[in-house]
Amino acid sequence: MEDKLIIKGIEFKSRLWIGTGKYKDFEETARVIEASGADVVTVAVRRVNITDRKSENLLDYIDPKKYKILPNTAGCYTVEDALRYSRLARESGVSDMIKLEVIGDEKTLFPDVIGLLQATEILAKEGFIIFPYTNDDPVMAKRLEGAGAAAVMPLGAPIGSGLGIRNPYNIKIILEAAKVPVIVDAGVGTASDAAVAMELGCDAVLMNTAVAAAKDPIAMANAMKHAVIAGRLAYKAGRMPKKLYATASSPIEGML
Amino acid sequence: MKLKVNGEDREFKDRTVLDLLKELEIIPERVAVEVNLKVIKRADLENHQLNDGDSVEIVYFVGGGTLESQT
Repeated sequence: MEDKLIIKGIEFKSRLWIGTGKYKDFEETARVIEASGADVVTVAVRRVNITDRKSENLLDYIDPKKYKILPNTAGCYTVEDALRYSRLARESGVSDMIKLEVIGDEKTLFPDVIGLLQATEILAKEGFIIFPYTNDDPVMAKRLEGAGAAAVMPLGAPIGSGLGIRNPYNIKIILEAAKVPVIVDAGVGTASDAAVAMELGCDAVLMNTAVAAAKDPIAMANAMKHAVIAGRLAYKAGRMPKKLYATASSPIEGML
Repeated sequence: MKLKVNGEDREFKDRTVLDLLKELEIIPERVAVEVNLKVIKRADLENHQLNDGDSVEIVYFVGGGTLESQT
């Protein structure tokens, strides 16, 4: 049975998308990505160090031919900065995809949704494939969809918090209304959180810290891989209804 | 001429953006370049003439998920 994730004609091999921040070194990053089975890898855009030219480059370890590189605008607090980083990312030549972040608050890293919507409108006109990091607000999700987002990426909880899916009902409402794929971005802490997101019907999950900050990141990447698959399969299978009282699963007939 | 490259003052005697990348030993395929806030298309790197006082930004991809700003 085929269950492929296709966004704007791009076929994705895995529903687990992974961030590349906070690893010990590029080698560990590469091993984590391998263990996770992810084919989308998000990266940040930063200045090249021009005085200390070490030749090590992240893309020497993550082959853009093998993985889909998803540049992000992490750390951008204004529309102008987000646009600037997006355009530079595209010119780096790996793709037209951008994980768009316009951060509104340093402490919570919650998105500035007004700025996010403005940036989405502008970049959509420039032909970007936009994945906006938004809050778990169903109204904003529709607005972003209307502005031309390729998918919406509501947070499960604050970035790096590991608190899990704090408002599954909002995610459910977003899913019911959305015509574009819904990808939970941020908040996942462990495998069950990823499974919950997928069981709700999300199309994919993006995570970074849950893997990077695990005691054994490679083992956690493997756990996440299975959690995302299990959650998706359970969603497709359709769970039983919840009931308050017991229902015997063994027959009464034939009892002594 | 005097340039500002990634926030640092630099003297530069050649002419084009590609020359600058060569001088800095940067592989053009791995970076994106902005001059005075305008992104330079890769195909234009060898033709884009730099001028005294230009501000150049050279960026590349680094590890970062959703929490880059926290480290």
